[in-house]
Amino acid sequence: MSLIPNEPLDSSLMLRGSPPPAAPPKSPRRIAWDRRRRSLRESWNTFRENKIGIAGLVMLCIFIAIAVCAPLIVPHKQTEITSGSSINKLMPPLREAIPSTCHEVSQEGGSTKIACDTKFSMRYPMGTDGFGRSIFAQWVWGARISLLIGLTATVIAMAVGAVVGISGGFFGGHTDTFMNGITNWFLVIPWIALAIAMASVLGPSLLNIILVIAITSWASSARLVRSQTLSVRNRNYVERARALGASNWHIITRDILPNVFPIIFANTILLVALAILSETTLSIIGLGDPTRVSWGQMLERGFNAGASSLGAWWWLFFPGAGITLTVLGFAMCGYALDEILNPRLRKR
Amino acid sequence: MSVLSLRDLTVTYQTRGGGLPAVRGVDLDVNRGEVVGLAGESGCGKSTIAGAILRMLPDGTDIGGEVLLDGEDVLKMKVGRLRAVRWKDASIIFQGAMHSLNPVQRVGRQVAEAYITHNPGKEKEAQARVTKLFEQVGLTEGRVGDYPHQLSGGMKQRVMIAMALACDPKIVIADEPTTALDVMVQAQVLRLLKKLQADLGLSMIFITHDLSVLVDVCDRIAIMYAGKIVEQGRAKAVFETPEHPYTKALAGAFPDIGDDRYRLAPTGLGGDPPDPADIPSGCPFHPRCAERFEGCDTTVPDLYPAGEGRRAACLLVRDRSDA
Amino acid sequence: MGAWKYILKKFFQAFLTLLFVLAVNFFLFRVLPGDPAKSVARSLKLSLEDTQKLRVEFGLDQPVFPNQFVLYVENTVTGNLGTSYITARPVSEAIATRVWWTLLLVGTSTVLATGLGIIVGIKGAWRRGGTFDVGSLGVSLTLYSMPEGWLGMMLLTFFAVTLHVFPAGQAQSAPPPAGAIPQFVDILNHLFLPCLTLTLGYIGEYSIIMRASLLETINEDFVGTARAKGLLDKNVRRHHAVPNALLPIVTLVVLNFGYILGGAIVVEYVFSYPGLGAFTVEAINANDFPVIQGVFLLTSAAVIFANFIADLLYVYLDPRVREV
Repeated sequence: MSLIPNEPLDSSLMLRGSPPPAAPPKSPRRIAWDRRRRSLRESWNTFRENKIGIAGLVMLCIFIAIAVCAPLIVPHKQTEITSGSSINKLMPPLREAIPSTCHEVSQEGGSTKIACDTKFSMRYPMGTDGFGRSIFAQWVWGARISLLIGLTATVIAMAVGAVVGISGGFFGGHTDTFMNGITNWFLVIPWIALAIAMASVLGPSLLNIILVIAITSWASSARLVRSQTLSVRNRNYVERARALGASNWHIITRDILPNVFPIIFANTILLVALAILSETTLSIIGLGDPTRVSWGQMLERGFNAGASSLGAWWWLFFPGAGITLTVLGFAMCGYALDEILNPRLRKR
Repeated sequence: MSVLSLRDLTVTYQTRGGGLPAVRGVDLDVNRGEVVGLAGESGCGKSTIAGAILRMLPDGTDIGGEVLLDGEDVLKMKVGRLRAVRWKDASIIFQGAMHSLNPVQRVGRQVAEAYITHNPGKEKEAQARVTKLFEQVGLTEGRVGDYPHQLSGGMKQRVMIAMALACDPKIVIADEPTTALDVMVQAQVLRLLKKLQADLGLSMIFITHDLSVLVDVCDRIAIMYAGKIVEQGRAKAVFETPEHPYTKALAGAFPDIGDDRYRLAPTGLGGDPPDPADIPSGCPFHPRCAERFEGCDTTVPDLYPAGEGRRAACLLVRDRSDA
Repeated sequence: MGAWKYILKKFFQAFLTLLFVLAVNFFLFRVLPGDPAKSVARSLKLSLEDTQKLRVEFGLDQPVFPNQFVLYVENTVTGNLGTSYITARPVSEAIATRVWWTLLLVGTSTVLATGLGIIVGIKGAWRRGGTFDVGSLGVSLTLYSMPEGWLGMMLLTFFAVTLHVFPAGQAQSAPPPAGAIPQFVDILNHLFLPCLTLTLGYIGEYSIIMRASLLETINEDFVGTARAKGLLDKNVRRHHAVPNALLPIVTLVVLNFGYILGGAIVVEYVFSYPGLGAFTVEAINANDFPVIQGVFLLTSAAVIFANFIADLLYVYLDPRVREV
């Protein structure tokens, strides 16, 4: 008989007479995730009770649905797209997207004139513009483009802001002085001045507009993230983690990021709203991309075609209402989130 | 005739989850010139009582019973009468003077405001009164023009005391006035309070969780647990010969340095105070009581007499006096 | 004396930022291809010889750094902001005639929006959940979400064109009416719609922020102290709650100044109001870079200055800052 068993030990034999084993202990990561899921559920419940927040969320979902389903609501002829770039498929330039009601009308003297209808009807629930194109069709695609511009610009701004804010707040010293200096400069310069300067240098194009909006809005996020990082960094458990030999990367991902994330999330909501408003302003004054149909572009085109003097309010009303309701959705969500994150604002 | 009488006072906070009974039937008397201490752990309801006396609790809170200030029921007062009574008849020394003072107003102005509110138009008298009060609480005259952030914790507390005395109130409610201070400063402020009480013949309710402080300052002490008074009596007697097991535990939790008994066998109280939403049946203290017996979890004890001027809400006391 | 140190520090910071703005302004536009002298020459139809003279005058024959930069700084400090490509007249002159209209518009709108916003916010917060609060919150959120340009367009279409209640643009009638009072009324008449647009555009945000600030302050301990002292409700609000709740508003209003400028530019464009805004939009469409540069510099300086004023105001309002 050797000491090394030939067959695998039967664990049940060994355990006979002892109490059944307890459930295996959860790993620390699992515990952390369970805790996060629980607090997320709590936050969601608080949010759910806030009527303003829910109304805002519903509005947002409607508009996002419109934006996503744009090709279904207003299909356009794919064949006319010359370049195969995905941006063009996503946000088709104007000429392909819009069905037109223009037709030739023969006049006295044998010449023909182009006449376009501008009346409301079932086919044109929002009327037509000066060229007879359906406002509704432009409006639906405008939702997609305005939202996309807003979201893309915000994601970029948020990413840059978070990196600058966290690195400045966490590392301190010269890094912080440098990052803070740059942030402050961007904060002081009025966004419109910077936008005008950049747009006139870069020229009007979709990418440039997104870039301009991102560059003029990252600074406020950076400042917010930095102050939050500072307050987290100074908490006791970070000090202790360091004493245990945790690396910077570990502290940043495990301690700082989870605590900074709620603020980043709430700020992003607000930033998207601002980005959409900024794009509108830039488009109206002529800095937008004239080949894309965003709501801002619709306003610019309508206004310059003389909507005000012609009394053609529907050229302007619908895109503007779309912007207002979408931004309102974001603002209402942001307001409700504010109440969740700042318990002092809740009813005592 | 007592300055302040609480008769069967009940306070129930209204929350999303239902009513939270913070105070469940409290009777307390404070006679003229007397200092009555109110002690207990956090959440026992003592600060709620302070708020209830001047009706400072959040809107919608259910307050039952009577709060008789010189015979007049505060709970039944109209808003105008209540505002006149506030501070003039009863004032509060708040805890945490850190945030109890307006940061953008000079402290002298804040104390004067208390006087002027009840004596409108008397600016000059207010100034003179402020100077006198500051002197009484041991602050130099220069401090009158300072802002709160320029004062130390102890100095801010003295300002709060001066403010509470501004209108010569009939009774002063000191709500944990020394809790947020360093031990040395605590001693100074306590000395000051004792001196003022003696000089001015103040009637006071002194609320704290620190029993040893009460023994020093108070004539009588009431111990609270889970929203009710569980023991009452002369201060020294309650501290030296506690009748209720909770008081015994509280008194024992403060060791005498140098006394070997504490070094070798530290006493203390296990467990936590009960959640107001989930108070144990029978005697609320029974889950943590070292001397509990059968019946403690079913019978709710009244305040039984336990000697001269002494009462305790414990079935042991009831049985002893019966026997 | 801590207050003076703080003010000096802020002044120095403002000055540094301004220098940095100058530098960026210079280098940003030097990135462009093209010859400024040739553009001006084209507008004025100058000869080749004169074009060359112009080039020397602009200092374009010298190296960009440091000579041109130094020349630029010198010029700026003495008020020479360059010459417009389109009109060939000095930029400073164009700005000087127009800046007053913009100041009038932005000034009145800011004062109205801030004042009314604060009042509405206070009233809503003090009786939280009441009809006024819920109503004003809804209106404020909606106004905040409206793009100022669109609001201007709608007001213009409805009131000016459809109803003919107000003029459809410009700052004055052409020719302006005789006499000081009629001229004053005429200006107000033309100012009304653009000012209304800008005011409505920002009143929402200010009232929401004031409301939030006051709600936070109400829960502070010292407000409880004031109530316990027996103060009337309105005095608690007036002397204790509001003075503390106003502090963050000051910073926020100033931080917003940059956004108001953006709104002013669009509103001026929509209403053809002859201020800097409309002028800038023309310059953008015509690639008139000296003008754009000049406006960039001016608006940045204005915001820097406004920030500095806000810092001064804060020192006055919050005694805690003086100790730093």
